[in-house]
Amino acid sequence: MTESLLDIQNLRVSIPTERGMLNAVRGVDLRIGRGETLCLVGESGCGKSLTATAVMGLLPRHARITCDRFDLMGEDLTARREAKLSRLRGREVTMIFQDPTSALNPTLTVGRQLTEAVRRSEGLSRAAAEDRAVEMLERVGISNPGARLAQYPHGFSGGQRQRIMIASALMERPRLLIADEPTTALDVTIQAQILRLLKELQGELGLSLLLITHDLGVVAAMASDVAVMYAGRIAERAAARDLFQQPRHPYTQGLLAAIPVPGVTPRGAPLSAIPGRVPELIGEMPGCAFRERCARATPACDRDPLPRPGRGGGFVECVHATEAAR
Amino acid sequence: MAERTSPARRPRALRRLCRNSGVLIGGGLLALIVLIALFAPLLAPHDPLAQDLTRRLLPPFWQERSVPEHLLGTDHLGRDYLSRLIYGARVSLGVGAGVILVSGSIGITLGLVAGYFGGWIDMVISFIITARLSLPIVLVALAAVALGGASLTTLVTVLGLLLWDRFAVVTRAAAQSLRHREFILGLRALGAGKARILFLEILPNMQATILVVLSLEVANVILLEAALSFLGLGVRPPTPSWGLMISEGRDNILFDPWLIALPGSALCLLVLAVNLLGDGLRDVTGPVQR
Amino acid sequence: MLSFLSRRLFVAFCVCLTVSGLSFALMFLAGDPAIAIAGSGGRAEDAEAIRIAYGFNRPLLVQYFDWITSALRGDLGQSIYFNIPVTEIIASRIGVTLTLGCVAFVVALAIAVPLGIAAALGPNGWIDRIALMIAVSGQAIPSFWLGLMAIVVFGVWYGWVPISGAETWQGYILPVIVLSYYAVPELMRITRSGMIDVLSTDYVRAARAKGLPMHLVVSRHALRNAILPLVSLSAVQLGQLLSGSIVIESVFALNGLGRLAWESLLRSDLPVVQAIILILALLYVVLTTLADILNAGLDPRLRGGA
Repeated sequence: MTESLLDIQNLRVSIPTERGMLNAVRGVDLRIGRGETLCLVGESGCGKSLTATAVMGLLPRHARITCDRFDLMGEDLTARREAKLSRLRGREVTMIFQDPTSALNPTLTVGRQLTEAVRRSEGLSRAAAEDRAVEMLERVGISNPGARLAQYPHGFSGGQRQRIMIASALMERPRLLIADEPTTALDVTIQAQILRLLKELQGELGLSLLLITHDLGVVAAMASDVAVMYAGRIAERAAARDLFQQPRHPYTQGLLAAIPVPGVTPRGAPLSAIPGRVPELIGEMPGCAFRERCARATPACDRDPLPRPGRGGGFVECVHATEAAR
Repeated sequence: MAERTSPARRPRALRRLCRNSGVLIGGGLLALIVLIALFAPLLAPHDPLAQDLTRRLLPPFWQERSVPEHLLGTDHLGRDYLSRLIYGARVSLGVGAGVILVSGSIGITLGLVAGYFGGWIDMVISFIITARLSLPIVLVALAAVALGGASLTTLVTVLGLLLWDRFAVVTRAAAQSLRHREFILGLRALGAGKARILFLEILPNMQATILVVLSLEVANVILLEAALSFLGLGVRPPTPSWGLMISEGRDNILFDPWLIALPGSALCLLVLAVNLLGDGLRDVTGPVQR
Repeated sequence: MLSFLSRRLFVAFCVCLTVSGLSFALMFLAGDPAIAIAGSGGRAEDAEAIRIAYGFNRPLLVQYFDWITSALRGDLGQSIYFNIPVTEIIASRIGVTLTLGCVAFVVALAIAVPLGIAAALGPNGWIDRIALMIAVSGQAIPSFWLGLMAIVVFGVWYGWVPISGAETWQGYILPVIVLSYYAVPELMRITRSGMIDVLSTDYVRAARAKGLPMHLVVSRHALRNAILPLVSLSAVQLGQLLSGSIVIESVFALNGLGRLAWESLLRSDLPVVQAIILILALLYVVLTTLADILNAGLDPRLRGGA
């Protein structure tokens, strides 16, 4: 693996609630190398968005966050993380969101929203900042960008707004882009365009990408490293190809089996679903979090599963994991 | 739909109600004041209207010169202040309840009809609401009471006819959002009558919202009654109303400030109780707290 | 924008018409104004004479039309008590009410908005709790009572301020404080809830993700959007301060419109009451219309088109 851009170990996020401490992220390791993509996959409520928000340092104030290691661009952020992150946000690491309609301020022009951060951080003049904004808009595929700087977000379509969001995020040439479900709110045809755009930009700018999604189709399209999250932990991490060919964790297998494949899944056959529900993450919960829903569960699952290594730096956290090929 | 969810939800809602400190404190305080008002004849040591000019302006118990029969002293006509305060609760609560009955029925009906039917009916009713909101409430109420003759009935009628706006606004919005829900559409498809849908299906589904508005409006009415009585155009003397007592004590505030401090505190306590209860109800029944 | 403006102005016009009709009708709903003017001891002949003198014997619609057309020309009739034009009396009194209302409004905004923002930035923190306490107590204390207690404490016991009248500016201190205290809770609540709503939006998170520091996020992104409901409420509150100052004016013996209305009511000077109700209602309509237009200017979505 190349030199890592982001290296987090044992990240934990807890949120106090009326019913007790909600341990939403329970010991997550994340490593992303320069120019690499990591897809964080999981059902809603598994903690993937909170993980990303924690990396940005944008968690709500009452959330408690701990970790053993937090390196970004080789800088150690374990201590004074908030202060150091606020300096790196925008310039080194930035984020785009699920719904581009709500992620753009409806009362400010697109030009203002694109340029405000870069004018401040790099001290650019208004004209210089707008030149760069035009350049970026052009790059993400907005036609006639110069004239559109003066427009408000409601004059653009959903796909265009997400392009604008991407342009806005990349104005300061950051090295890590976190994309939180960037295509979920968009039409299927637009989804593919946005994913292609992200991939192209990544190649051009040498960008590292942390892509959060619940959609295995997105993972397949990005063909990257995948981390499957379940109940606040990473259940399995592998290269996308390996994961699709040979999922090792029972949960990953269940997820893949729930997707119908044309020509493979028999017509009219019932789609398989994972029985049961995602556990509530209140309080301590020892043992494998998936054992309640798992067909292979045995008493051995009552103990915390140890990660078992797989190919290319991957691992799986399950005592009953399918053995890796070779 | 409502039938299926409510039995499971009720115990939880109750538990949440009991855990909310606003509901507990406000509700307890309000219950206490209601009890005092109900049992006023038993609790009051004297006739609140009985004058005794030989015992004028006796101070309350914490001052010198006070007498044990009049725990909170007497007013400028020698009437027992404690008894008048106790009976004053009746006026405040009575006016509050009476006005809400009138204004609530008007406002809820208008809001339901506007929200459910929409179209030009909604436009007309919304216009009526806008027009009503632009009227200066205190002044119009004063004028109406002055012209109609100051009496409890006039006061309740006038305030009732004026203060329906918040009910209408809130029920209108609630009816609009309920109108397109599946169970209402289903009933319409089954051919249920409009009145039946409105009053037996939609109305019960917004009781939580209405309850909150109701408590806030009661507080509003109590304050207005006090203000009007204070200005001499509300409750007519010698009826013991807290607002009127403040107005009567006003001439003696230089030497006997307790004359206004006591009824004013009683007013504050009552309004505070109702407001705490209303805010608490809003927190408990409203959408998830942030 | 144009169609929005014209629609809004049309509604405002209709409301004005309705309100003028209402304030006109008010005098007739309650009974025969001639008898009211003649007083309870008046004879039937007196009432008849008054009826003819004031034109009360003509059809109502004619009277209304007459009243509204002369009102449009700035003639609101004669005061029965002073026997001079109503407009003259009102002109001499409206200054006090406008000063009181506007100053109290500015003071209330200056307290409520920063407090609301601070409360929203730290929900359930100590500022939020203090703000909530101020709001709860402000809504429970009757303004006239607070005024009287303030007179007792600051006017009588400490002697810091004059206890009545507005001959000097010090006379305005207590009334302004009391009146603004009454307006603070709602203004603060709406600032707080608006800010909390806006701060949890994606565009605020996006602005922070771009690296903007918190104070710029608040001032550029959050405030601009949180201010929309505040503008609407401000119009309502200012209208209520102007019309609600009737109680405060009588407590502090200020010679404003409210006190004039009250005194006129007590001496059955109906044209004055009518005119004041009309003026306050029109002020309210103008204020809320202005607020809507201002909001449309602040929010490009309401302007329609790009």
